[in-house]
Amino acid sequence: MAHDSLTPAPPAGVRPEREPGRRAGLGGALGSWDAAIVAGLVVAGLVAAVAVPNFATGRNAQFLLLDLVPLALLALPMTLIVVTGEIDLSVASMVGLCSTLMGQLWLSSGLSLELICVLVVLLGALLGAVNGVFVTGFGLPSLAVTIGTLALYRGLSFVVLGDQAVADFPADWTAAVVRPIPGTSIPVMVVPVVLLALVFGVVLHATAVGRALYAMGNNGEAATFAGVSVARTKFWLFVASGAVCGLAGLFWTLRYASARGDNATGLELTVVTAVLLGGVSIFGGRGRLLGVVAGVLLLGVVRNALQLDDVDANALTIVTGTLLIASVVLPNAVGDVRARLHRRRQRAQVTAP
Amino acid sequence: MSLSDTGVAERSTGAPSAGAGRSGRGLTERLLAVRELSLLLALGALVLVTTLRNDRFLSGQSVKDLLLGCAILVILAVGQTLVIVTRNVDLSVGSILGLVAFATGELFLAAPGTPWPVALVTGVALGAVCGAVNGGLIAVARVPALVITLGTLYAFRGVDYYWAAGQQINAADMPRSFLRLGNQTVLGVPVLFLVALVVVAVAGYYLRSYRSGRELYAIGSEPAAARLSGIPVGRRVLAVFVASGALAGLAGVLYAARFGTLDAAAGTGLELQVVAAAVVGGVAIFGGSGSVYGAALGAVLLTMIGSSLAVLRIDPFWQQAVVGALILAAIGLDRLLALRMAARLRGRSAHGA
Amino acid sequence: MITLTRLRLGATALTLTALVLGTAACGGTTRDNAGSDSGASQAGGTANPQAPIKEGLKIAFLPKQVNNPYFTTADNGGKEAVTEVKGEFKEVGPSEASASSQVSYINTLSQQGMDVIVTSANDPNAICGALNQAKAAGAKIVTFDSDTKPECRQIFVNQVTAQGIAENQVKLISEQIGGQGEIAILSATANATNQNTWIELMKEELKKPEYSKVKLVTVAYGNDDDQKSFQEMQGLLQAYPNLKGVISPTTVGVAAAARYLSGSQYKGKVKLTGLGTPNQMREYVKDGTVDAFALWNPADLGYLAAYAGAALASSQITGAEGDRFTAGKLGEFTVGKDGVVVLGPPTVFDKSNIDTFNF
Repeated sequence: MAHDSLTPAPPAGVRPEREPGRRAGLGGALGSWDAAIVAGLVVAGLVAAVAVPNFATGRNAQFLLLDLVPLALLALPMTLIVVTGEIDLSVASMVGLCSTLMGQLWLSSGLSLELICVLVVLLGALLGAVNGVFVTGFGLPSLAVTIGTLALYRGLSFVVLGDQAVADFPADWTAAVVRPIPGTSIPVMVVPVVLLALVFGVVLHATAVGRALYAMGNNGEAATFAGVSVARTKFWLFVASGAVCGLAGLFWTLRYASARGDNATGLELTVVTAVLLGGVSIFGGRGRLLGVVAGVLLLGVVRNALQLDDVDANALTIVTGTLLIASVVLPNAVGDVRARLHRRRQRAQVTAP
Repeated sequence: MSLSDTGVAERSTGAPSAGAGRSGRGLTERLLAVRELSLLLALGALVLVTTLRNDRFLSGQSVKDLLLGCAILVILAVGQTLVIVTRNVDLSVGSILGLVAFATGELFLAAPGTPWPVALVTGVALGAVCGAVNGGLIAVARVPALVITLGTLYAFRGVDYYWAAGQQINAADMPRSFLRLGNQTVLGVPVLFLVALVVVAVAGYYLRSYRSGRELYAIGSEPAAARLSGIPVGRRVLAVFVASGALAGLAGVLYAARFGTLDAAAGTGLELQVVAAAVVGGVAIFGGSGSVYGAALGAVLLTMIGSSLAVLRIDPFWQQAVVGALILAAIGLDRLLALRMAARLRGRSAHGA
Repeated sequence: MITLTRLRLGATALTLTALVLGTAACGGTTRDNAGSDSGASQAGGTANPQAPIKEGLKIAFLPKQVNNPYFTTADNGGKEAVTEVKGEFKEVGPSEASASSQVSYINTLSQQGMDVIVTSANDPNAICGALNQAKAAGAKIVTFDSDTKPECRQIFVNQVTAQGIAENQVKLISEQIGGQGEIAILSATANATNQNTWIELMKEELKKPEYSKVKLVTVAYGNDDDQKSFQEMQGLLQAYPNLKGVISPTTVGVAAAARYLSGSQYKGKVKLTGLGTPNQMREYVKDGTVDAFALWNPADLGYLAAYAGAALASSQITGAEGDRFTAGKLGEFTVGKDGVVVLGPPTVFDKSNIDTFNF
């Protein structure tokens, strides 16, 4: 993002001395952030299993995972986008618009549902491409562009179906998306999510493209010099984000058997929360997909367990906000403490002899 | 997004203390005047079209309704301008407004005889405290305001919900003198609008004529340079968030006076409109330029679009889409102007050399 | 460009995934050949009218959202009834009125082994799947205020018949405007099932000869949002200069509209009626903005829904037409067609009686 560089810089005088320690501290903190979040997930799971009745059952796992599918889908491309230092706030609106487009096509076009599904994913990609053109083509900050398209796409999704809801999707389709894998309590829909996570994970962590994404997040100019087309890569990331939103829109529509304009309203905030909770730096350049997946699961487990424990929905709102703030404040605080310890050690070394 | 993408024009124009500042500032002001002029033209065109369709649109009652309707948005947009100019953003204003509005109602419930000025001061103070929480967290965590205020958007709203617990405060619970404040007119102009005018005038004068006001632009143009030139960046940013919170608090009290019926959901989703108003009003989302006058005009324009859609009997679902399209158009236009200006500045310095 | 081709590969992979997903289920499902869904059977087992109400029933209320005073009142009525039958009462729900979060709450409740789930649907279809799963897990389902599809619940407790509302509202406005002139309707969101039914029936009602001079000019939507309703009211009065009266059959809408009228030049000249709560409307009835309006008592609605749920869970009734049960202080009720139980005719509030109500 363009306008966010204000905060991280420490007071000028301290900077040179502090930089190495800080970087090591931050690197260390973030390296362990993955581990910390996975550990947090395990602890939360265990505590919930022991303390919350009805939590550790196959049926509950099925409910929990089903609720997380859209969130997990959207978090995948969002991770890559945030790693490059951009953001896409329009994801939930794209899900909504894809959902109503699907409803409208089903209602009035007479096309087969298979074809509609493909069309909806392509339309999602097109919506993402619009974001991409504004961001990379016109060189506008993605924050502002996607706040704009957040409103635009949501507005259009109401225009497409108005107040109507389309609900007469075939029962075998709506049943198929909530069905568990035979013999287990894991929903079938987890399979495509895992596959996509693998694809995104490999792209981010095992390819030249992935390394380029980190390079862009750390320093856009350097990436350009290194021969990576920053604009084109980012453009395609936004397209991928749109296409995944199309997929999520399909799932949402079929799972709730209802295509309507307000589907997935506000989900973008949860997605960003999950990505940041997963240890991706909002400045770009840092973060791993494993952490994000663990972050998504952690959010899901905490919410589900609190809900089962009859915690007020309003308290849940506070928990989400606090988790988001904690997930950005904590790594910095840890980094600070480490840097301070490091400095003290250095000073001790200097004065000791 | 890397700074180099967008920073060129703002950097050379925004900082008044920089060497090239003088000519740059003149140009900026001319361009801003152009922006304000074009907003006025857009407003005029909208009034004309709507009035041609329905001549009641310009009746006294209708103008009064419009002024009343935009007052709260104008106040919030002024606060947002202060924040955005420093290259930050405050997404929690809607939640602060909701919290303060409800608190005001609760105050009258708890102490029915409270004179309204006390309620006003209490509300503004509560808003300022919320703003200080934002500013403090941003200073501690050194992460973008976007993330922190996204978190407090949840958190403040959650506190509000938790407090209200489904309860509603009705007009009958508040003193007449307070409610009159919301609907009273002086010489046909609603009091609320006069308050908004005062806020705009004070903030406008401050930003233009005070050293610390100019420094806000310098911070937004290039934080590192601002820091090096001895501007207390941290303190200024904190102050800006306190101001934005206080103005949201003021808006909350006025909201209570105007609407009379209060539940915990007051002001939900307002943040988007506020950012939209500022951006449409020519406040660059990446900081360093823009005026409160523009932002106020943006707020008036958005409000007027809302009511003229209702008067023209256009499907109200288009409203949000129009807002989104306006944001995109506005930032696109800014980008274009910035590029032109950069080209002209280059031309001048070439002549000068 | 390596980057580009790889990303294109990625995009292709995405599209392929979509294709696989799309074609996995079966070939060529179109709207015409898709059979209508079967749905669970409506009522199972046999009713035993003599069966006593079981003690210790776990009865959960899941309103559209927990921050809505209307539902708070209704749920408190439910709580009173649950206490009377010595059950365990619980109220949960989302902080925003969305169907997807309601689904998550239904799943949680069914997981907790609730005996009865009493809910008001944010979407008649979206929560059906979850309700059917909960039913399969042994819970009895009662809807109130806003229904789902009939096959997803055992009983729907309707506040009044839609016909009753339509007759009442049209009669009120016609009396107030002296039997002739233009009127408009200010509704909530239009996918609220009940609003649409009422509006359709009001249109039917207006065709009667005694209302021949009353003309409905438009329906506006305030989205059950205070500010939006306020603006829509303002827009209505500007767009229709000859407007004589407005019906707003929603508590949020009628309060916002009354507030607009009371502060405008139209006060007393343009008549307003609708469905509102006495506490919200007291001020406007007293200052002459509103002559009379109507509503059922939401506390009674919740009370009746809780009793219906307890009767279901005790096998007193099954939700079949003709089943009878007693609901505490409200007396005896009979289940009608499609498992609908009707609370009764709406109460009309005006200057003479408004101070005797407090909700």
